[in-house]
Amino acid sequence: MPSPNTDPSPFRGLFLRLLARPVARFLTGADVVGREKLPLTGPAIVAANHNSHMDTFLLLSVFPAEVLAKVRPVAAADYFLAGPALSWFARRLIGITPISRTVARGEDVLAPAKAALARGEIVLVFPEGTRGAPDELAPLKSGVARLAEAFPEAPVVPVWIQGAGRVLPKGAIVPVPMNCSVQVGEALRWSGDKPGFMSALRDRLAELQASAPPLRWR
Amino acid sequence: MPAPSVEIGLHLPSALAWGLGGVVGVLVLGTLAAWLAPRFKPGKDFSELRLRVWSWWVMVALVAAALVAGWPALTLLFAFVSFVALREFLSLAPIRSEDRLVVLFAYLSVPVAYGLVAADLYGIYLVAIPVWFFLITPFLMALAGQTRGYLPTVSVFNWGVVTCVYNLGVIPMLMRTPDAEAPAGAAGMVFLLLFATEANDVLQYVCGKLFGRRKILPKVSPNKTWEGFLGGWALTALLIAFLAPLFTPLALGPSVLLAVLLPLAGFAGDVTMSAVKRDLGVKDTSHFIPGHGGVLDRVDSLTFTAPLYFHVLAYYALAKY
Repeated sequence: MPSPNTDPSPFRGLFLRLLARPVARFLTGADVVGREKLPLTGPAIVAANHNSHMDTFLLLSVFPAEVLAKVRPVAAADYFLAGPALSWFARRLIGITPISRTVARGEDVLAPAKAALARGEIVLVFPEGTRGAPDELAPLKSGVARLAEAFPEAPVVPVWIQGAGRVLPKGAIVPVPMNCSVQVGEALRWSGDKPGFMSALRDRLAELQASAPPLRWR
Repeated sequence: MPAPSVEIGLHLPSALAWGLGGVVGVLVLGTLAAWLAPRFKPGKDFSELRLRVWSWWVMVALVAAALVAGWPALTLLFAFVSFVALREFLSLAPIRSEDRLVVLFAYLSVPVAYGLVAADLYGIYLVAIPVWFFLITPFLMALAGQTRGYLPTVSVFNWGVVTCVYNLGVIPMLMRTPDAEAPAGAAGMVFLLLFATEANDVLQYVCGKLFGRRKILPKVSPNKTWEGFLGGWALTALLIAFLAPLFTPLALGPSVLLAVLLPLAGFAGDVTMSAVKRDLGVKDTSHFIPGHGGVLDRVDSLTFTAPLYFHVLAYYALAKY
């Protein structure tokens, strides 16, 4: 199967700035703590927790407009390339870098993400691999470590998104405006060993979660 | 007799022009202080102070533009303020996960309340939230089928909507008073409310910094002192007593009453919201306004002073209300 065209549409920038960003701000408040720690040049990896489709919009809305063209969210091919309409929207307007969650023999599922990093882009990854239970950190998959290993010069910036699981939980259709907090942490660098890197990333994310405003969701 | 006015393309009463000019003057002084402060205390970080002053400029510019542009602009501005404040409150308050859609319904109070302001339906405005919202919300919560923590959650919705929406909506409601009813027009009345409330916040803070020794409510608001409270009260009361004849149609007696009560209401709003935040376990309700915190942090006093100001004016002076 030929891989689908993942070059963003020329209207992606306009769509993100004029539609996606105002909607994301309306729905989440887009409160950012540690904005100065966000990478503004690539190659760089942003590793965030994942509870909601809002996560991608929220992360795209916290980058300055002039950087947006270089920011590429990594998203599951089986989900986002499923139908023609969703696939077009995800590839051309959101500008996803697809990742396959089912590995064929000999295939490097990280190849599109590596290509993006090689182009000097900022890649957004959700190392949990799927939207987990709201505001809990599921076990992390090690693909992010393999990306960091392949691009040791790229900083890996941990980000904790608090509250997006309430705005649009998994399975919900109607989004409800609730303030979300994006906590940006200090960048990690590839340390040379995968388990050490993954536990460091996990610790950073847990620290950021602890510093986020409390969620009283009984 | 028509109010004296200056021509700046729009019909702006001169008292309002002087008032806005005075605020800009204070801001210029504040900006100079923020820029010069590092020279006198090198090594100390003043970036937060600069952000704070910069945010004041933006807020003053927005409010001034809305006051000059008229009631539709002020209605939109405060509808936005109410929405953001309510979103902050409902995001921090304990709410049951079953009530996600009730939260969405609570936001509906914003277009309803401000729509009633725009339609100039004061009588319906008065009952829309305290009667109808208060009845429909618990019913919707019952439909959600969860009775655990039911009553506390009802009170969360009621408190949030009354403070963030109902009490702030009277500000554009006041703006709908015919200009002939006040010496500096409806905009002048709204200006004095906002100016006196923010001046009270700042003066209580400054008096507390300069003279504060005895804590007034250490468990709720540890930085507040008796000296700050009393100093701010006295200075703001003088300010209101001096300015009320220029901006409101109040006679001397009601002016003095307003001068005495408004700083108390501002203090009450401030410490009440502090108690709410302390219970929720946060210092600021968000980072929406750089250097200040959340919108609700900025308007906490206003949620108490606005209804007081409106009711004193409505009872003693305004024919419309």
